[in-house]
Parts: sequence; structure tokens; C-alpha cells
Amino acid sequence: MDARRTLRHRAAIVGVGETAYYKRGQSPDLEFVLALKAILAACADAGVSPHDIDGFSSYADDRNDAVRLATALGVKELRFASMQWGGGGGGCAGAIANATAAIASGQAECVVVFRALSQGQVRYGQGGAALGYSTQAAPEITGEMAFPVPYGAISPAQRFALKARRFMHDHGVHQEALRAISLAAYAHAQKNPRAIMYGKPLDTAKYDSSRWIAEPFHLFDSCMENDGAAAVVLVAAERAREFAQAPAYLLAAAAGSDHRHAAPSHSAPDYATANYKSVSRRLFAMGGVSPADVNVVQAYENFTGGVAMALMEHGLFAPEEINSVLTVENLTAPFGCLPLNTSGGHLAECYMHGMNLVIEAARQIRGQSCNQVPVVDVALMISGPMVAPVSSLLLGSEATR
Amino acid sequence: MNSTYFSDGLPTPVPDKQGPATPFWQGLVLNTLRIQRCRRCQSWQWGPEYICSNCHSFELDWIEVEPKGRIYSWTRVWQAPQPVLATATPYVVVLVELDVAPNVRLIGNLLGSGTQDAQVGAAVAGVFEHHAASHPPYSLLQWRPAD
Repeated sequence: MDARRTLRHRAAIVGVGETAYYKRGQSPDLEFVLALKAILAACADAGVSPHDIDGFSSYADDRNDAVRLATALGVKELRFASMQWGGGGGGCAGAIANATAAIASGQAECVVVFRALSQGQVRYGQGGAALGYSTQAAPEITGEMAFPVPYGAISPAQRFALKARRFMHDHGVHQEALRAISLAAYAHAQKNPRAIMYGKPLDTAKYDSSRWIAEPFHLFDSCMENDGAAAVVLVAAERAREFAQAPAYLLAAAAGSDHRHAAPSHSAPDYATANYKSVSRRLFAMGGVSPADVNVVQAYENFTGGVAMALMEHGLFAPEEINSVLTVENLTAPFGCLPLNTSGGHLAECYMHGMNLVIEAARQIRGQSCNQVPVVDVALMISGPMVAPVSSLLLGSEATR
Repeated sequence: MNSTYFSDGLPTPVPDKQGPATPFWQGLVLNTLRIQRCRRCQSWQWGPEYICSNCHSFELDWIEVEPKGRIYSWTRVWQAPQPVLATATPYVVVLVELDVAPNVRLIGNLLGSGTQDAQVGAAVAGVFEHHAASHPPYSLLQWRPAD
């Protein structure tokens, strides 16, 4: 690889911040106010004046416009505003990549990457408003969604269940593997006071007796729906030690999609994947590390089945090892061999479309997690399994420089 | 059993005014399943698009094919994603790969009890389901176990 054409060690996360996290519809603040509060928190963490932010990067059609944010915050000079294409949370690490590219290429000095959600204002993933039910008894539907919706495959749960079922069939994945992902997240959330499910532990019996949403997804295989906001501040790596916190250096970030992954009506040639086969190859090549070097993983949970796919496609285990690796013991910090979603993730901390996972990855690098893994030099964060485009991020400690 | 898998109330699929899928939806009304194939390179293509992703020809034909295939994946839905489906659960959604072409897949329902078992790889045959009283009328393609 051309050494100039890389994001490796070009930027670092020097500030992280989030609002309080709420169940859907319970935020006392409007979404834009949540965004502002998270950005202020991230700036305070870094010791950066919000006036000195000069770039904003987001994804998933975030509704909080960069220019309005810059105006409200009194940014002195806005130099960069970027939106990663694609719905869901597939663009989260991609937005980090875009921010890093802007810094590496001299377009900006201090970029905020953020996500704000008030599902009480507009709800994600629920067909209702998007399908037009608010205005018609039985609305009309066209385009790609006309293929699944008339058959009752409407929300993400039903559509991703088809992909997860085929994945489980192809690789002999047991329900217990999905359960372990959920139980580990809930175990971590019990030590995280920010987590929505703090104080609400989950055990095997409760998982097993929980209602099915769409087989193979139980209730506890599905992400929550939340209100809140989260943000990180990035600066050039060579400046990173000037700030208040230990830097989390960007080792690599990659976004994209495999060949025709999004072919409508579930017609992707390589169907039963979370869409990371090409992204993970580029990610580890840029990072100069291997999957075996990863000390802790934050993997976006829309549904547990997508997490299992994503971990496998990042080379963290072989297909035939899925059932033996995905156990609660292995996935739980501090001593599991594959500590996963150590803040509680989207299942039990908050569904912040990946940004809370980026923050947790940075906290693990800093040594500030509620479920700290003893030695963390390389942290992996995976965005938005089973959508297109997806993206992934590797953060590194000072030891990786 | 009702004449349709779900009662009325779900969104009505209508041909896009300028969308590439219009011949597909029109074909279902006529009890025919039509799939795109490139006139130049003869590649099957799904979903519908204006250009062949293989050779970039814009000359795409709609070929009538047998509605036969195998269950590629399935799910049993227990929590209704819309209020109009509240009394329809559980129901089975299948993803069917057509015999005629690789990677051409259609979503439908497996006719019969919502509690029946579905098996990846099981042979299924299409059943055209007409919603003639809908405004506008439309048709779906459902699936039953093949003999």
C-alpha cells in the first residue's frame, strides 16, 4: 500500500461525550438539543473550545444539519461538513473515516463526529410513518419495499431474520450462540450506570422464555429504541497529546459493500453475510494488524444474528468455531477471550446507531471502561451489520505508534 | 381459509410510474412470473434495474418463467410489525430462490398454518393471489409445498 494513501495514525479521538440515554420518547430535549449537549460534552472531555470545531461528520441522514450546529455553537470557521450515505448505522465508522480523511488532507483541524436520535420525534425501523399509514388506511408502496411489505416482512426484524436464518443454516449456528451475545451485553450493562438496562440483569431462563419477534430473534436478540446523542472529537494524530485525555489513534477505518449485496428482494449473490468481507480485508490491511491483535470488540447490534456474522467476517474466528467461541464466558470482560460490547452495546446500554460503541472503544483504549479489559492496544468497532454500505474502525493506543 | 393470506389493510404494491419493476407487477395480475434477462449477455438479473449489471446493456427483456423454486430462508413472525397484522400472527415469510436462475429470489408467504415447519431447501410452487377488489387491484405470488 502507498504509505501516503492511508488513514493510519493520521487522526485520533481526543474527546468523547454523550447525553443521558433515554427509552424511546422519554427525552425531555428535542433531538437538536441532544446533539448540542453531546458535542459540548465531547469538547469538554477533550479540553477543546466548541468555537474551534471546524468540521462535522455524520451518517444515516442525521437530521441535525452541520451548518445549523456550527451557527448555534458559534464555530469560528466551518471548513468541512460530510454525510456518509446509507441508512441504519452502517455509516458510523465511515463518518469517522471521512473526518480522518478531512484532517489528513488538510481540509479541517478539529472534526466532530456525532449522532443524535429522538425516536419520540421520528421513529426508526417502524414501517408506520414511512409506509404512509399516518395519512391513508392502506397506503400504496413502490420500489424495493414493494417486494417484502405485502407479505408482512415490514420492519428490520422480519427482513434481517431471513438473512440470519440462512446464515445459521449454512454454518450450523445454534440459538445459544445468539443468546450468548445478548447475555454478555446485559452482564456488561450491570456495571455501566449510563446503560438503559443498568440494574436489569438478563439470565438464560429469561432469554429463553422471552417472546419471539421473528424467528430466530427473541425480544432480547433485538436492539432497543432510544433517545439521546453521542459525539467524538478528532484532531490530527501529531497534535493528539496536547489534549486532556489519552488519545485513541485511528489505526484504520473502511466502509463499503460487497458485490451487489443490496440487490433487491434479497438477491445478493453472497446472501448470508453481514457485508464485511471486503471491508474487513481493507480494514486490517490499513491497520497493519491482524484479527488476533484485537483486544476488545464493539459490534453493532441491530440483531444478534448480524453480530455473529460480523465477528466471523472480521476473522475473529473460523466458521466452524462459531458455537464454541460465542459463549458468555468468552464474550465477557475482563477475562473472556473475545470481550464484546463492553458498555452493554445496543442491546443494553443504548441504541445510538453505533456512536456509543465508538465511545466505548475509545474508553477501552484509555482504560476508562466500566468493564475494562486489562490490556487494550487495539480496539475494533463494527458498524451496522447486514446493511449497505457498512463500515468498521480500528483504534489503537499510544503503544501502536 | 381466506382467499388471501392476509386480510386487506397492508400497503398496496403499485407499479412505479417510472420504476423498472412495472412488468413484474403487471405480470402477476396475468398469472405470469416475469424476470429480467439481458438480451445481449443473457444474464438473469434481479431485482429489476434499467441496466444489465454484467455487460451494461440497457436492452433487458422480461422472460416468463415457471414459478418454482426452493426455500432459501424463512422466518416465523410472532410480533406483528403493523396493527393490521395483529390477528395474523404467527405467519411464515419465505425467501424462495427460483429454479430457473441463481440468485433470483422472491419473498412470499408459505401458505397454510403459520405454525407449520419450513425447511431450507424444500421445493415450493407459486400460487398467484389476486386482490381484485383492491384499489388499484394487484396480485401477489405466494408459495405452497411442491409435490
